[in-house]
Amino acid sequence: MLAIDVTTYGWTTALKTGIVLAVIPAAAIVLGYTFLLKMMSHMQSRLGPMEAGPHGALQLIADGVKFIQKEDIIPDEADRRIFALAPLVVILSTFLLYIVLPAGPHLIVQDLDVGVFFALAVSSLSVIGVLMAGWSSANKYSLLGALRAAGQLIAYELPLVLAVVGVVVQAGTMSMQGIVAAQAHGEIFGFGAIGNPFILTQFVGFVLFLAASQAELTQTPFDMPVAESELVAGYMTEYSGFRFLFFFMAEFGTAFALAAIAATLFLGGWYVPGVTGNAADVLGPLVLGAKIMAVSFLIFWIRFTYPRFREDQLQTFAWKYLIPISLVNIVVTGVLKVVL
Amino acid sequence: MTTIGERQQAAYVAAQAADARLQVELQTEQMTLNLGPQHPATHGTLRIVARLDGEQVVQADVVCGYMHRGYEKLAEVRNYPQITTLVNRIDWLSSFANEVPFILAAEQLMEIEAPPRAQYIRTILFELSRIANITLFIGEMGVQLGALTPVFYAFRDREHVLNLIEGATGGRFHPNYDRIGGLKDDLPKGWIDETRSVMKRIRDYCDELETLLMGNEIFDRRTRGIGVIPADIGLSYGLSGANIRASGVDWDLRRDERSPLAWKDCDWKVWTHPDGDCFARYWVRLQEVREATKIVDQLLDGLPAGPIQAKVPRIIKVPAGEAWVHTENPLGEMGYYIVSQGGLGPFRCKIRSASFNNTSIVPWLLRGVYVPDIITILASLYFILGDIDR
Repeated sequence: MLAIDVTTYGWTTALKTGIVLAVIPAAAIVLGYTFLLKMMSHMQSRLGPMEAGPHGALQLIADGVKFIQKEDIIPDEADRRIFALAPLVVILSTFLLYIVLPAGPHLIVQDLDVGVFFALAVSSLSVIGVLMAGWSSANKYSLLGALRAAGQLIAYELPLVLAVVGVVVQAGTMSMQGIVAAQAHGEIFGFGAIGNPFILTQFVGFVLFLAASQAELTQTPFDMPVAESELVAGYMTEYSGFRFLFFFMAEFGTAFALAAIAATLFLGGWYVPGVTGNAADVLGPLVLGAKIMAVSFLIFWIRFTYPRFREDQLQTFAWKYLIPISLVNIVVTGVLKVVL
Repeated sequence: MTTIGERQQAAYVAAQAADARLQVELQTEQMTLNLGPQHPATHGTLRIVARLDGEQVVQADVVCGYMHRGYEKLAEVRNYPQITTLVNRIDWLSSFANEVPFILAAEQLMEIEAPPRAQYIRTILFELSRIANITLFIGEMGVQLGALTPVFYAFRDREHVLNLIEGATGGRFHPNYDRIGGLKDDLPKGWIDETRSVMKRIRDYCDELETLLMGNEIFDRRTRGIGVIPADIGLSYGLSGANIRASGVDWDLRRDERSPLAWKDCDWKVWTHPDGDCFARYWVRLQEVREATKIVDQLLDGLPAGPIQAKVPRIIKVPAGEAWVHTENPLGEMGYYIVSQGGLGPFRCKIRSASFNNTSIVPWLLRGVYVPDIITILASLYFILGDIDR
């Protein structure tokens, strides 16, 4: 799989990098527009942006242009190099996440054998960027926010991984394509027409994964690191202009990627029953996109409705509830796998 | 006893030294966090200097006065009709309620009384401004706890109340409608029916928020047992309004004080809560809005006909004397102490506003709490900056 063809390596890598770099802002704009601007507005009985484009569809592009025009402010006391580097580290983690996301039988940057493991590992890279941002800003709110983020991401990385273990046990592989295939060829009590999406057998895992990814994304009810009413904007307080834009893109890009991982692991991914070959490469992204939007809807619905936890309550929730439940889930899955 | 060998002795000393070093290293440095005067959680320009050990507050001090506008002093150089314009701006979310005790104090000195219809309309508008004020709190509390949606519902339904106030008085925010001896105008046509439908709407809003926020597990955990004010401590700090009623003190000036306004003609209830925590304060205020809608409905049913203005001289001169009138405003007890020497304006006007006393308990309350709870506690005490600084 990793046999590198020297003649094509250069341009294929460039092509793949380009595609991922284009997908991240596109994903951020799609999610940001649909959920942050429109769904939230309608849930709150208002219209949201209506002027830029039809129903304000171009609002985020206008915002992006605005961010780029803004002055790049670095506080005097800040550690300039680290301050500048932090947003890049955060968005790098988002970038790496997209490498293992399959959107069709051939639409994957690299189908690693340790796909899920790789995705979860790189998703936690962002905490380094967050810590760098908080520490180098020379701002107390930033520092508090960054330390909260660090504590939170460490606590929730564990249930995130443990929730996935159940799926991995059931599928018998960590490769993303392998997991899609395992669901496609599965059967529900001998009925194999639509495969067996793991949400049916791993429902607990799905709920755990959603809760943990909510925390991973620092979204309400786990948004203490950026708690507006307490810490102004947490670790992002001192950032402006395109550096802030990077954080914004990373946030929504990661939300998109985690929703895609959830859709792949639990909802069957790009697989469409009865469609194979090139048709699957065309239909797959559409099906996956629909599933991503469904999962994102859940994530953002909770985000706009719930109040946030307190820091200690958050840790309690992770260590006393999520982790034990996910461990039990793994044990039950393992036993059933052997017995059945 | 065993004798300690020299080696052991040396090891012991070394261990002690290591322990001491560790102690010094682990002694965390306290950090001073300056919340405000510009901070999203302080509703304006309140400043809180908190010394933190980690995320725990060691000591917190409130610094107010960033918005001091000197209304007491200004009142001395204005005549009586002009002063209602000033006091409108004390608690800007319920402006009309600020005018009433001042006018009542002036009327008391002049020994005139407004006709019953005027008193009824005054009471109705007083309760409408209470609703306009507290509905916002009910939503705002969600924002402070991280739930963004409730405040938009608050603004949506509060809009209708503001429309009513505008319809009756001509001003959405600063009505300036109360006059010595009566009111500026009578109610416009169709206003009463519209008010009834809006009151129903507000009750629906209360039900909606009760299920959305109070039914939420996280809201429960964030507010129950947080910022507990025992009744005696609360009284000694001069707390009033819903803040003290949430500590179980059954005290409401609308019921307990003789007042020419029409509360005595209605059937309503003063709600108290035994807990004294943030949840209790939220709950009491929610019930208060419901009671206010009931009061308005009953007053609309019994609205007497007749004039809205008593006979007063064209140029108002208040006879020499002193008067103290206090009412139960949305934020708590608000009172005016007016000293008149017979001139066109008061010689001295002392304004007792609720929020100033309500915030005085903050340093006591914030000791030992976590940073997120600072916000919860401040939000639940519910103050308006204009009401603190005047």
